[in-house]
Amino acid sequence: MTSPGVSPHETWPLWEVFVRASRGLSHVHAGSLHAPDAELALRNARDLYTRRGEGTSVWVVPSDAITTSDPDAKGAFFESPAGKNYRHASYYTASEGVPHL
Amino acid sequence: MGDAVATADVAEYALWLGDDALILAQQLGGWIARAPELEEDVALANIALDLLGHARSLLRYAGTSDGRTEDDLAYWRDEPQFRSAWLFEQPNGDFAQTIARQLAASVYQFELYSALQQSADETLAAIAAKAVKEVEYHRDHAVQWTLRLAGGTDESRARMTRAVGDVWPYVDELFRDEPLIDRLAGIAVRPSALRPGFDAVIDAVFAEAGLVVPDGFRSSGGGRRGQHFSSMGYLLAEMQVLARQHRGATW
Amino acid sequence: MMTAPDLTVVTGDESVELAAFDALIAAEQRIEPRDWMPDAYRKTLIRQISQHGHSEIIGMQPEGNWITRAPSLKRKAILMAKVQDEAGHGLYLYSAAQTLGITRDEMTEQLIAGRAKYSSIFNYPTPTWADMGAIGWLVDGAAICNQVPLCRASYGPYGRAMVRICKEESFHQRQGFEILLSLMQGTAAQQEMAQDAVNRWYWPSLMMFGPPDDQSPNSAQSTAWKIKRFSNDELRQRFLGMLVPQAEVLGVTLPDPELRWDEDAQRWHMSEIDWTEFHEVLAGRGPMNAERLKNRREAHEQGAWVREAAVEYARKQAEKVAAA
Repeated sequence: MTSPGVSPHETWPLWEVFVRASRGLSHVHAGSLHAPDAELALRNARDLYTRRGEGTSVWVVPSDAITTSDPDAKGAFFESPAGKNYRHASYYTASEGVPHL
Repeated sequence: MGDAVATADVAEYALWLGDDALILAQQLGGWIARAPELEEDVALANIALDLLGHARSLLRYAGTSDGRTEDDLAYWRDEPQFRSAWLFEQPNGDFAQTIARQLAASVYQFELYSALQQSADETLAAIAAKAVKEVEYHRDHAVQWTLRLAGGTDESRARMTRAVGDVWPYVDELFRDEPLIDRLAGIAVRPSALRPGFDAVIDAVFAEAGLVVPDGFRSSGGGRRGQHFSSMGYLLAEMQVLARQHRGATW
Repeated sequence: MMTAPDLTVVTGDESVELAAFDALIAAEQRIEPRDWMPDAYRKTLIRQISQHGHSEIIGMQPEGNWITRAPSLKRKAILMAKVQDEAGHGLYLYSAAQTLGITRDEMTEQLIAGRAKYSSIFNYPTPTWADMGAIGWLVDGAAICNQVPLCRASYGPYGRAMVRICKEESFHQRQGFEILLSLMQGTAAQQEMAQDAVNRWYWPSLMMFGPPDDQSPNSAQSTAWKIKRFSNDELRQRFLGMLVPQAEVLGVTLPDPELRWDEDAQRWHMSEIDWTEFHEVLAGRGPMNAERLKNRREAHEQGAWVREAAVEYARKQAEKVAAA
């Protein structure tokens, strides 16, 4: 399933913009824009989404290159972690009070 | 730097640069809400805001020599007192003409501010150090669009070619040395010294774009001596009309 | 990248999906683009978000009109930055609407063909510099009252766009207030200009909240869907509560002799709003409707060759890469 909003009938395709707010953080989705190609998409993203000093790095991705999970398939896709609480540190209580653990 | 007072000659030089930036910002302001796409409204506004910032710094510094403010200089000088070069005074025209003007202007300003960072005048050097980064982006914007318009459709190629032909007569003036430059050795950048750098960048861009430097008219200009292009009077009339209706007012 | 196997569960029964949708709304959860949603919800949002986007884009013109004539370089920079923000805001909103299945091209076509609505406030002219102050103070002030609750709108992309817009707009009302304050502290001519602009923009800004609650046909459903959080009259009252003390600081008179705080009713008492004028402007008979659309159409049409050139260049570049 492709990203919502993509249409082959548009003059300029849609791009998704991801901005790294500062060093050490992940790129986070900031919004979208239209551009004829990657180079201009990057520049438009800089002008639009970082003009108040919001970022140190920008990614642009053609929206139609993104494949998304299906929200209706939530059960099958995302619920399997339930019952696997042994993946979390809080599951292990015997070591409570032991230093440096 | 904040308290530095410009000599009359340094002030005159700051007006050259400040007026170039002011007039170009004024023109680009006319594109906002009229650009070919919303993203480009934002891009052109960014460039205009950068240029307006450079103009304000330079005019403020020029004003220290005789106690005038940036607004005194922008709004209360008449056409013969402006020092902008004719390239910056060229009308917006269509998007191709604006891009051709942006290309020449930003390549020139990048060479200029790069060199001016070494000025013996600390205020000018500091203004140049800030401006050069912004102008580098303007240059990139102009190059990107030059390539796209020249290499796009038949129509865009024809328009870009015509635009370069319309703008290029006003390029020569940028590199003319005036007596003022001799008096400001070590402080001002010698315009003629910027020509090789300008030509190298333009040649590379034009080679990739399949454009040629037009040979034909070369206007002698005259902006540094207060003689301006025919559209300058209209531009100033519009820019100054409101301020001049209210002498002594603050806004 | 995640590849998507076909995991779609086909229920064939919309009532199950509707119940799930209603449960999300009831739980104050957000609806996201690919969630199932009722057609009416989708249509309402497309209409509202695109109208909102159009308002930002058309709203660039009344102020853009003064960029080249701003009376000081500082004001010129502020105004340019503000109109630039409006382009950005239109763009964010069009992007949010696009996630619901309409393209920007389609929205632009609807706008320039005169088939789409936008806030009728932008069909008034801006004859003086003081209009820049009054638009910032009154029009943006009213817009902020409307927009802040929209940050919590149930549709995720709309709410997120509004969060960004509200953050960026925080300076818009203040700069308008400052313009008016400078004028009111200035010469007699400047004061007169400021009062005149406030007189002209006051009533239209109150009309921005829409018709009174008992005459607002779409409000109930939008409220139930948690797109709308407060009624038109509630927001109008809140706005008046902000304006009155600010007008005192400015030293301007709000042009309603009936305006006073009604202690018993705990609300602002005001004159009857002249809705006939509102409906006239809405119906296309305001002073500037034709001009606003003409300018938008011309910008779009004159930009067509540029947009096509960029597409063609991208196509040729891709060909070159493929051939290499």
